[in-house]
Amino acid sequence: MSYPGSDVTLARLRARLRWCAFMPLLCCLGCTAQKANTSVFSSFSTPAHNITRLGYFVLGVTGGICFTMYALLVYAIVRYRACSSDVDVEPPQVFGSTEIELSWTIIPVLIIIVLFLTTAGVIFGLQDAPKPSSALEVVVVGHQFWWEYRYPQFGVVAANELHVPVSETNRSRPTFMKLTSADVNHSFWVPQLAGKTDVLPNRVNELWLDPHVPGVYEGQCSLLCGVQHGKMLLVVHVDRPEDFDAWVRQQQQTAVQSEQVAAGRHVFETESCINCHSIRGTIANGRFGPDLTHLMSRKTLASGAIENTPENLKRWVAHPDVFKPGVLMPSMQLSQEQLDELTAYLTTLN
Amino acid sequence: MADASIPVPGNVGEAVDITPPGEFKGTWLEYAHSWIVTVDHKRIGILYIGLGLFFLVVAGIEALLIRIQLIRPLSNFVSPDSYNRLFTLHGTTMVFLVGMPILFGFGNYLIPLMIGARDMAFPRLNAFSFWVSAFAGFLLYYSLVGGEGLAGAGSAPDVGWFAYAPLTELAFSPGHSTDYWTLAVLLNGIGSIGTAVNIITTTFCMRCKGMTLMRMPLLPWLYITMSTLVLLAISPLTAAQIMLLVDRYLGGHFFDTQAGGSALLWFHFFWIFGHPEVYVLVLPAFAFANEIVPTFSRKAIFGYAAMVVASVGIAFISLSVWAHHMFTVGMTSVSNTFFVLSTMMVSIPTGIKVFNWLATMWGGRIRFTLPMLFTTAFLFQWVVAGLTGIILAVAPFDWQVHFSYFLISHFHYVLVGAIVFMIFAAFYYWYPKATGRMLNERLGRLHFWLMLIGFHLTFDFMFIVGLLGMPRQIYTYMPDRPWTTLNQIISVGAFLQGLAILIFVYNLFYSYSHGKKAGPDPWDAWTLEWATSSPPAPYNFETEPVVASRRPLWDLKHPEDPDSAYE
Repeated sequence: MSYPGSDVTLARLRARLRWCAFMPLLCCLGCTAQKANTSVFSSFSTPAHNITRLGYFVLGVTGGICFTMYALLVYAIVRYRACSSDVDVEPPQVFGSTEIELSWTIIPVLIIIVLFLTTAGVIFGLQDAPKPSSALEVVVVGHQFWWEYRYPQFGVVAANELHVPVSETNRSRPTFMKLTSADVNHSFWVPQLAGKTDVLPNRVNELWLDPHVPGVYEGQCSLLCGVQHGKMLLVVHVDRPEDFDAWVRQQQQTAVQSEQVAAGRHVFETESCINCHSIRGTIANGRFGPDLTHLMSRKTLASGAIENTPENLKRWVAHPDVFKPGVLMPSMQLSQEQLDELTAYLTTLN
Repeated sequence: MADASIPVPGNVGEAVDITPPGEFKGTWLEYAHSWIVTVDHKRIGILYIGLGLFFLVVAGIEALLIRIQLIRPLSNFVSPDSYNRLFTLHGTTMVFLVGMPILFGFGNYLIPLMIGARDMAFPRLNAFSFWVSAFAGFLLYYSLVGGEGLAGAGSAPDVGWFAYAPLTELAFSPGHSTDYWTLAVLLNGIGSIGTAVNIITTTFCMRCKGMTLMRMPLLPWLYITMSTLVLLAISPLTAAQIMLLVDRYLGGHFFDTQAGGSALLWFHFFWIFGHPEVYVLVLPAFAFANEIVPTFSRKAIFGYAAMVVASVGIAFISLSVWAHHMFTVGMTSVSNTFFVLSTMMVSIPTGIKVFNWLATMWGGRIRFTLPMLFTTAFLFQWVVAGLTGIILAVAPFDWQVHFSYFLISHFHYVLVGAIVFMIFAAFYYWYPKATGRMLNERLGRLHFWLMLIGFHLTFDFMFIVGLLGMPRQIYTYMPDRPWTTLNQIISVGAFLQGLAILIFVYNLFYSYSHGKKAGPDPWDAWTLEWATSSPPAPYNFETEPVVASRRPLWDLKHPEDPDSAYE
């Protein structure tokens, strides 16, 4: 799901190659995944990239320790295995040795110091990174079981599909996010862009990312938030600067008003839909569910659970429970006619 | 202080108390009654272990249902809410109703025998603790049949075993499912505290003549450490459960974020309990290794004093590492760094222990009996469990893999790869003592290899699926995620482990009547529990033993070169 363009392919190829050099097994498994890549070793943004590098370092050190320990254990098992001839003879009894015990206390201490200092460097580098004035601000609000995205600089409110601009080396435009929750705990995790950050009620957490390559990055909620935790998916569209600006301009507009679907709009405004949903330009200003002003600009419905097609939309409105059992959106028990009219209206909301 | 170890004067053959306990005469009802009212530490130990085994099978079935659900994407094998109930029950059961009871059971059974005592310090408290814990277990499972909902399963808890607030608050968890969880865990904690008090008192006050603290076998030492951690860790958990109940029923707002409460407060309370709890479970596993490795390497434990210091050190450091479960909650960079350091420091005493086991084997004559086979697997698996712990302690990397299947695999390496494997080793090692019969060797080897292959199929591949971005506790996943094949391999491994455990449980029953007679000392071991008959009489030792070294039976078997000569 990447945008066409040779630079994109090359950057991805380079990332893949780096990855292959370190972890052949993971690479094989990762490369088969042409569909959605959620590997923590395939990074396209500074936080994720620094973590990947640190990860290789730590895996290398611990892998080395593991190899040494395994070699010693295997040697001991093979070399000191009892044979039938000496079964009645007890080996010499050794009770300890201060020198040896000191050595295997001090060497781990030295390894720990190195690991700790490296880790601390990355923590401070990422967590205390200064926010440039060019940064895009996004407020992420977690809900059971969908994501709300607010862009205070533009007055835009979107849902479920986050759009951010690509942050190129000559034109840095990182995204700084403030995360909070409207109900229970969630966690925002798009492995290719950054580590996860919990989305907690009554608390504002921060996370930043600066994706270098346009494309679509996927992830999902990674902190149990209730029955549909499994289908609280995350989609991040990293747009080229001009695409992002166009997207913002489009999202700033109020909803399309078309007389042809006035009947559907009437259904929307007179049923309980407006208690939870907003459509700017109409009387609907509910805050409990996703903003639907530009519903059809999203590729998915139900927080990434289904593709956004008119048929799926109709089935979703009729019986949300079929797609996400336990979802908080109720079935409104609409007649077939109302359903057709309502879907016709909703599909005009570009 | 005695000059020589003399359980009974004379040679080993005479030293062992060969009086078998009298056969029970009476109806089966009287027999059952005698078990229910028993205050004998050995019988209570067996009851604890029996309870744990029962719940092991139950929690294993839950795990297999989870694995069936995850075999393919968008599966409908169980509903999303049933899935949440399954993993909540699986986690709560494995920690509170399998791990703790089995380990307490072994402690109960072995500690008085190993320190030459006739019973625990408080036999009635012992019985009370067991029955409270058992009641708590069945209370938790009563939620399956006691509530409304489909198939009667409507009120099993569904909030995860760590039950993060505010999902547990009335607004998000109406009904009584969370109440069952809270009350069961709270009650179980009371039982655990009772047994912990009992173990500490017994080891400090009931040791036989000549057994100074530094002559105690390492197993009681580790149980002292573990019990101290229980006292320190269960208290905040109990406090948190009471606060949650106050929130739910008396209008409190501790964790009620909608009224200004704090979700983070629960995280802190839970992990101040939760992290030491890991060591509560793993220290007894170390304790078993400390007994089994020397016996089958035919050498004294290497660096006894260092082992004691390392165990106490682990316990001490483990009290200051809880927030490494919380690197993702948005702590400051300074707090994160502190907990990185404290967590990494745990690896130093842990490393000392591993090196000492290795050094004990070095230069020995290792006999690969069933207990030693499981212990060897434990050593290899514990290395990975510990090293992945270091990887997770690297906070930035943890931001990626926290609450992914990488984490799940890490703690299953600890809980299954280390603890469950050592529990099996302990069964093979001490079953002859408790029943007088050896466990069947062929079934045992089948159990071992199936378990080993199943374990690695499941948990090695779980690391990879976690690195590929699969979060925990999701009831299903989308077909476009690269996780399907890996999940299938993991599920196959889970079923192999299930089969292995079935064979093991069958072996326990089969060998009880068909096993080879064990005799008092089948492994040619050196600690006091082998100086009495198998099974031991209710009073354990006819005459109170006197010891002059850490290995009293070595002294008896090798009068030409007794350990006591070096002390």
